[in-house]
Amino acid sequence: MSVLVAENITKKFSGVTALDAVNIELQSGKVTAIIGENGAGKSTLMKILSGVYPDYEGRILFKDTCVSFDNPREAQELGIAIIHQELNLIPYLSVTENVFLGRELINNWGMLDKTAMRAETQKLLQRLKLSIDPDTKIIDLKVGQQQIVEIAKALLTDAEVIIMDEPTSAISDSEVEALFAVINDLRSDNKAIAYISHKLDELFKIADNYIILRDGKTIESGEMQTISRQEIISKMVGRELHILQKSTVNKTDRPLLCVKNISLNHPENIERKLLNDICLNLHTGEVLGIFGLMGAGRTELLETIFGLHTTATGTVTINDKQTNFSCPADAIKSGIALVPEDRKKDGLILGLDVKSNISITTLNDLKSAGLLSDKKEYALADQYIGSLKIKTSSAKQTVKNLSGGNQQKVVLAKCLATKPAVLMLDEPTRGIDINAKNEIYKLILELAGKGMGIIMVSSELPEILAVSNRVVVMCEGKITAEIQAAEATESIIMKAAINQ
Amino acid sequence: MSLNPTYKAYLVKFQPLIALFILCLLLSILSNKFMTVDNGWNVMRQISVNICISVGMTLVVLTGGIDLSVGSVLAFCGAIAAGLLKNGISVPSNNLFIGFTLLGAIVAGTLVGTLMGSFNGYTITKFKVPPFVATLAMLTIGRGLTMLYTNGFPISSLSSNFAYIGTGWFLGVPVPVWISGIIVAIAVIITNKTALGRYIYAIGGNANAARLSGINIKKITITVYSIAGALAAVGGIIVTSRLNSAQPNAGISYELDSIAAVVIGGTSLSGGKGTIMGTVLGAIIIGVLNNGLVLLNVSPFWQQVVKGGVILLAVIIDRANSKSE
Repeated sequence: MSVLVAENITKKFSGVTALDAVNIELQSGKVTAIIGENGAGKSTLMKILSGVYPDYEGRILFKDTCVSFDNPREAQELGIAIIHQELNLIPYLSVTENVFLGRELINNWGMLDKTAMRAETQKLLQRLKLSIDPDTKIIDLKVGQQQIVEIAKALLTDAEVIIMDEPTSAISDSEVEALFAVINDLRSDNKAIAYISHKLDELFKIADNYIILRDGKTIESGEMQTISRQEIISKMVGRELHILQKSTVNKTDRPLLCVKNISLNHPENIERKLLNDICLNLHTGEVLGIFGLMGAGRTELLETIFGLHTTATGTVTINDKQTNFSCPADAIKSGIALVPEDRKKDGLILGLDVKSNISITTLNDLKSAGLLSDKKEYALADQYIGSLKIKTSSAKQTVKNLSGGNQQKVVLAKCLATKPAVLMLDEPTRGIDINAKNEIYKLILELAGKGMGIIMVSSELPEILAVSNRVVVMCEGKITAEIQAAEATESIIMKAAINQ
Repeated sequence: MSLNPTYKAYLVKFQPLIALFILCLLLSILSNKFMTVDNGWNVMRQISVNICISVGMTLVVLTGGIDLSVGSVLAFCGAIAAGLLKNGISVPSNNLFIGFTLLGAIVAGTLVGTLMGSFNGYTITKFKVPPFVATLAMLTIGRGLTMLYTNGFPISSLSSNFAYIGTGWFLGVPVPVWISGIIVAIAVIITNKTALGRYIYAIGGNANAARLSGINIKKITITVYSIAGALAAVGGIIVTSRLNSAQPNAGISYELDSIAAVVIGGTSLSGGKGTIMGTVLGAIIIGVLNNGLVLLNVSPFWQQVVKGGVILLAVIIDRANSKSE
């Protein structure tokens, strides 16, 4: 039975169409996978269904009556709960306090009825097979456990529709198993579940139905059993994936960039070294992949080369010139560019337009008669909008309104504008869609082909293998392996990353 | 909303201007003294000091900071200029006396303001003192220095040349209006057409990204606070000249009028968003409001209530706009 139906939903953000006449149907007792690239409109759609965006065209039917929500609370009261990618729990309150937040039970004295709330929470946790004390503070729970608490919150309101936005993006495999057990229980309780994820493996395990979105449109929907992995991918992307042609390295005797004996202490704990005696070379036209697990020191290494850690020891030589960077400005002048890991936090000025974000690194070259020249700035911006295929309504568009992949291209553009000899990329494809990923890989290889030296840090093994000429593996601040791409396999790299 | 989005954008953009227009219309209906040439120049002359200060304040706020010390810097620099002009520097033990010309005194006063501003910038960038605290300290220090320098008495009977700065006319326009006008023009160019201006917006918008883009944040921040100090000093010289006397308690709570002008002008206190012309409009709105309330014989106590209400209203409308964006 269809419990929630959305018809012809259209949503625009400042002129950009995020959803274009989308149809979706959620059935009781079924898990529906919402599939699509980043920017396809999945999250927007879910936010409309759960009342976060009250302003849209089209209509929503809940149990055959037309409904509209002014805020998430109204949706919740009707029985639609959403579990966001970023969990909305209050870290310093207990599980019970979070579950009952905004719905606290009151006893006859007008005070909080803590015993009743605790008992109720206990029951919910038991039902979800989470064996924790309801008095535990959220901050002391693992992310997976926090997710279950969010589900408990949804069950408390008797939600009939539960929307999960990328629930497994931050949890471990065993936690995923636990989550799936919970989802299976919810399914047998006849709840309708919308499940958004990038991970196709998961979807085949858990989902009954699927809906594929692309560029804000419904492409196809049906039963999960009737579709193959390859079909899903081609429908998400809408075109064939390119096979990458790696660049050939120009192995000169003298390396372009030479990093010697770099060490960096932990700022608080002197005993611990973030970087321990790191040495590496980079040649012109080479793509050097750096792989490592969380905390291996990859980001710190790039930051140190870029002049962000002034307490680090060791030397960085570029084109035979020894450098001593005290700030990023020095590094940029010497021909090094860094595309940081977190584009929103470190890469972009979200409130400024595309043009200003691209030109920010080279403003001093964009003057005429001592003042900034609009003409030169727009010329620069338009050049990169064209060559990197940045999808934006114009160079005047605020960067905030671009999709993740296009934002990443803006960061790339501002780095390339400095005409670097060495380009360092820290997780360049994190959180962007497959199409944009492929474009970025192609770009990396193109740049290497033109003689740029490229260092790419990534946690995605296939990506490292696809793009690099040589792979360096780090573990706990040390280099544990250096492998030519031809000899590298996922298992060799992974072994080095956990240092076995 | 059935309003065409383009019209709506214009409406939002020119909101302060529309508010000012309505205010002027209302006042010219209520008082026949309001819409006169004399009163117009009078208002302009009165707000020119606030405009000088507020231009500096806008730059500071755009970087995400705030400068509470402008009122004290204004008083101290005004006193320094007046004192140097009248008494020079004399060191009797060494039989040393340095006299100051008018220009010399003005330059010295402005320089002191710049130094005080750069000290603010230095403590903020070097010791990571939050701007609110660093400039709050300077507010107290500056007032204390003023009292020390003046012994708590006004420095009066300055030369008539000096009085020209605050009271004179040039080409039919009051001199302070010229000064503030030139400052505004330069600031508009700086914010729109120079790398410094862009860096100011960048730092206020996202300091991390600005640093990774190779921007020297410390240098820009110190520059911005120095400019704010220098402009407060200019304001101090205008005030001193207008009264032909440096008052030790000049400029008290001027920082609040200045912040009000910045905020009414639509600049975000969290930085990265706002314009100089917005602030100018904000200052004019406050000035016209002050003037109108006086002309309408509203009690000074009510004037303050009204002014506070207008500030609140301006921010509420601004919030509503940015939410609907």
